[in-house]
Amino acid sequence: MATWQIAVILVKIFLIVGIFQGAVAYMIMLERKIAAWSQDRVGPNRAGPFGLIQPLADGAKMLLKEDVIPGYVNKPLYVLAPAIAIIAATIGFAVVPFGPAGIDAPTINGHPIHFQIAPNVDVGILYVFAIGSLAVYAVILGGYASNNKYSFLGGLRNSAQIISYEIPLGLSVIGMVMLSRSLELGDIIAWQDTNGIGIIPAWGILVQPLAFVIFLVSAFAETNRLPFDLAEAEQELVGGFHTEYSAMKFGMFFLGEYLHVITVSFLTAILFLGGWDVPFVGLGVEDTGWIAALIKVGVIFFKVALMVVFIMWIRWTLPRFRYDQLMNLAWKAMIPLALLNLIVTMVLIQLFRGVG
Amino acid sequence: MKPDDPNLKRLEPPKLTVLEQTYLPQILGGLAVTGRHILGAAFGGTAVTVQYPEEQHVPTANYRGVHRLNKDEQGRVKCVACMLCATACPAHCIDIVGATAPEGWDDREKYPESFVIDELRCIFCGMCEEACPVDAIELTGLYDLTGLSREELIYDKSKLLSVFDMTKDAEPMKTGNPSPSLPQPTTPLDPEGPGPRSTATAAQLPSRS
Ligand code: SF4
Ligand code: SF4
Repeated sequence: MATWQIAVILVKIFLIVGIFQGAVAYMIMLERKIAAWSQDRVGPNRAGPFGLIQPLADGAKMLLKEDVIPGYVNKPLYVLAPAIAIIAATIGFAVVPFGPAGIDAPTINGHPIHFQIAPNVDVGILYVFAIGSLAVYAVILGGYASNNKYSFLGGLRNSAQIISYEIPLGLSVIGMVMLSRSLELGDIIAWQDTNGIGIIPAWGILVQPLAFVIFLVSAFAETNRLPFDLAEAEQELVGGFHTEYSAMKFGMFFLGEYLHVITVSFLTAILFLGGWDVPFVGLGVEDTGWIAALIKVGVIFFKVALMVVFIMWIRWTLPRFRYDQLMNLAWKAMIPLALLNLIVTMVLIQLFRGVG
Repeated sequence: MKPDDPNLKRLEPPKLTVLEQTYLPQILGGLAVTGRHILGAAFGGTAVTVQYPEEQHVPTANYRGVHRLNKDEQGRVKCVACMLCATACPAHCIDIVGATAPEGWDDREKYPESFVIDELRCIFCGMCEEACPVDAIELTGLYDLTGLSREELIYDKSKLLSVFDMTKDAEPMKTGNPSPSLPQPTTPLDPEGPGPRSTATAAQLPSRS
């Protein structure tokens, strides 16, 4: 690999990690604003105009607070857990495509620039799920290393939840994978764009509506967002696996959760909302020149932003599940429905495409 | 009524339809409700919170805030040092030293030489106000009770009397004989209260030295 290629990759990594970690700061502010608005309050408005400096203030608070490490914890594991949370959440972005790349894409030295850190990974979606499931180590290590029964139970509770919901989450995307015959996220977008009937695109939400609902619900549970946030449950349980964490270490769990939300929003946008595909305006799959590519990057970011707002909106609408309800939903409703969806999709594909 | 009483009417919850069992319509309905609130508060200015300290909250007329010691028409403290308030106080935060009334105070035998309320212990229950036979002690609408030290929040007689001076125009004495020119409060439970209450804040009180 040439030096300039490594340089390009490094630049992309810094850009993406920087952008998303900055975005997380403002997402937390947006979340507080949406929380306030849905309760007819005003929300943070003291730091800076419209409270726009609030994320800096929050960050400063996280950094300046006393960082307590209780004497009875298993120190290496205790410190490792939040690091895993944040690393697992960050490296998932490696295969997420932010824009198209084709023959007429912008190039350096004759090589097209991909809006993706690791382009052309054939198992893209598997990689995202594999990395996403690493988050459970952060949870269970955090609970275990805290050397506290409540944290430990909280960690077990939460890891059971994450693992359970990974099953319907994985099953729900198989439909899209079978339809597009690819595990590469860019290909899945291209399939949605090219297989529409007339001007109606074949977005996942239209061709796999049940899978969309299952994916969404499982994604909420995966990311520990309400109505499935038993990991925190501040009101009833006073925190779960991260009870013993303070200051920036707690902040890292928080950051990991929000990065996870961004990943899930990207996956939803890519798998079910057509990625950077814009219907009705005549920007086809082939349009990958500078201008078209940048517009498409804007489109996918817009869809992701909508998803993030939707996730927050849900948070302030639905009450929290009880733990047994949470498990019942996963094992008695989501998994059978996901399997049903899979079988129906499989049968239809066989009928319409013929065997093989 | 016995459980097998024939008159007993049993109410069954209505059966959910298949669609309702998925909860999706209800979730969408809930989203519509919160969505309306979000848009309203974000763009329509329907947020109900008071932007303290730019806007001052005006408590209702029966709000129980910082105490005051009322004065009579001659500017003397109304209290007759009967100790009823101190006895009634569940938090034991009133400390009164009574003394024989000075020469010329013909209407009473005693007066409080010192009258101290520990506002830090007070639970603002209003028992003292209820107990007082001469309406000498009242709770005002001042709610921003702040201080930089514990001592500052132990209110002595002069401070309690100065609260009266600060609030007497906005909040005339509830009974007794306030000067007739002052506006009378409307019904005590009127949510709007008798117009703007005291504009002074407790923080403006002279500190005890
Ligand atoms: S309001 Fe209640 S607690 Fe406070 S001084 Fe009066 S009686 Fe005591
Ligand atoms: S304030 Fe009222 S109840 Fe208390 S000692 Fe004085 S007169 Fe008696």
